[in-house]
Amino acid sequence: MTMPLLKPRRKNPVLRTRQMNVPPGARSRVALGMTAAAAEGRFALQVCADCGAVQYPPREACHACLSPRLPWREQSGLGTLVAETVLHHSNDLFFRERLPWRLGLVHLESGPTVMVHLHGDVGAAPQPVRVGARLDRAGQAILIGFPRDEVPHMADDKMLREMTHDPKFRKVLVTDGMTRTGQAIARALVDAGAEIVWVGIAEPWKRHGSGLDEIAKLPQVTLMPLDLTDSRSVTELAGEIGGKVDIVINNAEIHRTFGIAARRGLDAARAEMDVNYFGLLRLAQEFGPALKGRSADGVVSATAWVNLLSIFALANFAPHGTYSASKAAALSLAQCLRAEMRQAGIRVINVFPGPIDDEWNQNLPPPKLTPAAVAGAIVKALRDGVEDVYPGDVAQEWLERWRDDPKVLERELAAGV
Amino acid sequence: MDNVQLLATLAGAIRTGGIRIVDLTQTLSPDFPQIALPPEMGQCWAFRVEEISQYDARGPGWYWNNFSCGEHTGTHFDAPIHWISGKDLPHNSVDTIPVQNLVAPACVIDCHEQAAENPDYLLSVADIEAFEAAHGRIAAGSWVLMRTDWSKRKDPEAYQNFDETGQHTPGPSAEAVRFLIEQRDVLGFGSEAIGTDAGQGYHLRPPYPCHYYMHGAGRYGLQCLMNLDLLPPTGSVLICPPLKIQKGSGSPLRVLALVGA
Repeated sequence: MTMPLLKPRRKNPVLRTRQMNVPPGARSRVALGMTAAAAEGRFALQVCADCGAVQYPPREACHACLSPRLPWREQSGLGTLVAETVLHHSNDLFFRERLPWRLGLVHLESGPTVMVHLHGDVGAAPQPVRVGARLDRAGQAILIGFPRDEVPHMADDKMLREMTHDPKFRKVLVTDGMTRTGQAIARALVDAGAEIVWVGIAEPWKRHGSGLDEIAKLPQVTLMPLDLTDSRSVTELAGEIGGKVDIVINNAEIHRTFGIAARRGLDAARAEMDVNYFGLLRLAQEFGPALKGRSADGVVSATAWVNLLSIFALANFAPHGTYSASKAAALSLAQCLRAEMRQAGIRVINVFPGPIDDEWNQNLPPPKLTPAAVAGAIVKALRDGVEDVYPGDVAQEWLERWRDDPKVLERELAAGV
Repeated sequence: MDNVQLLATLAGAIRTGGIRIVDLTQTLSPDFPQIALPPEMGQCWAFRVEEISQYDARGPGWYWNNFSCGEHTGTHFDAPIHWISGKDLPHNSVDTIPVQNLVAPACVIDCHEQAAENPDYLLSVADIEAFEAAHGRIAAGSWVLMRTDWSKRKDPEAYQNFDETGQHTPGPSAEAVRFLIEQRDVLGFGSEAIGTDAGQGYHLRPPYPCHYYMHGAGRYGLQCLMNLDLLPPTGSVLICPPLKIQKGSGSPLRVLALVGA
């Protein structure tokens, strides 16, 4: 059984902070299909559309019939561990620093035999296991052999914790505590065992009736002045706590409900861009370097960056047109942030909720996501180590239609469908 | 003494400190709070500053910034065109205001004890009459400044002073505003709080009476002033030229007071 993670001792401040060496990150274009599925928490393999053969490792043609038609299909992962070994030596810097490391071969019920990292709760071969895909610190898909059934403290496994971003014992910054969603996120992090939750507040004179005072009573929560429209405020907070933050959750947003014609002038659109896009840029410039510098800093290293985007980032929802545009800009910038942070082993998680049940979506019909559901999705994404999350029915449906044909979705949205 | 001599004497007195200059201006900083309207309305920008370069790759030998703000950010001037009641008056915007109005005497009515007791305190006609009984009649063309020591609230939350019913800051009553315009022909009204009107001014009749009547009569406003406690009740002279913004409704500005001795 995995030993539950104990609260780590304080760091010795005269010792050098270990720097990250990410595991091998090169993948062929075809192999990135597995990464794309793992980025959403799915284990997928190529399945031949002509002969039905399941294939691993990924290739351009079917190993059985040479067909090039190889769509990715989600797998159950059920199989048998047929062989295992423990690495005591590696010339790869990532593994060298984390030895010993257990590897195995799993014969999947669907056919292929795959190489896996082994969870500590998997006994000696032969052994029934469940294979799951995760992203490693290089952001690439790897496979993990899990025990068939849940066991206590599974998430605390040393190998698994390298692939995930569990908030337990970590120090987290939530950029806006003035909204119900921000408050729900702070509460969920406390429930997940975060050691410190710094909660940003801008324009504190507007706090009356916001619910902020309730979360401020939680002993793990500390309110910090933070206004993403103010570069100096972001710089000051990064100077104060940047070197301690393990997870940044950027939930700050401005949301107005206008298209182009419904509002004269730029004030609302500019305010949206200033927080939703430039706010992310300011935050990333100030907090990014500090996180990158601490990404291998022990079991409570800096580990992840979460952006609360919107499903409207994928395609413009005209009644909230300028908001959609600002979220599309934020999505593009988040991809840039991900590319830069990946080199240091920091995961950037983008969350694309459908409409949240808040004041600015008051006039949208249900289903709407509760703030608690958004918070739950964020904590789950951190624990699972995924990159992209589409919580709720509306987001899932939009995603499906967008993947099916973005042009068709554009036309449907324009027609108000 | 002719006017040339007068000016030379004034300059000499300023140089030697015989006439003191008191700065009535809050520092423009991102930390200084901005007036808050209901969120669905348009908002005046807070002061923000972005570095252009600081002796670095973006400009190796020099330091400078870009800043952004609204016409009504920080210590600022309100022109008559700011309010709908003054929209059609001549010379009603900051670029067309007669410049001689930008240097004028000031009367300072001390309400700091009342404001300490009641943040919603409204300056009354009786307060003005009591002031005049002690210090003489308010001269036409004067600024009337309401000293509340509100500027000493350095914490932005205390300065804004919101609760569930909105903002609570002192200002003038509708009757006092009309009295100052109709009976005393003042140049304008100045306040230490974030507006010339009280925080609860929307509930007065008419709403925001200081804006409505002052600007409707072509008079001006000054807000977010400080150091009013360093001014004498009468006898100081304000220098307060707003930026010359085309059709500007107001402008952040430096407000200086000349004080004899």
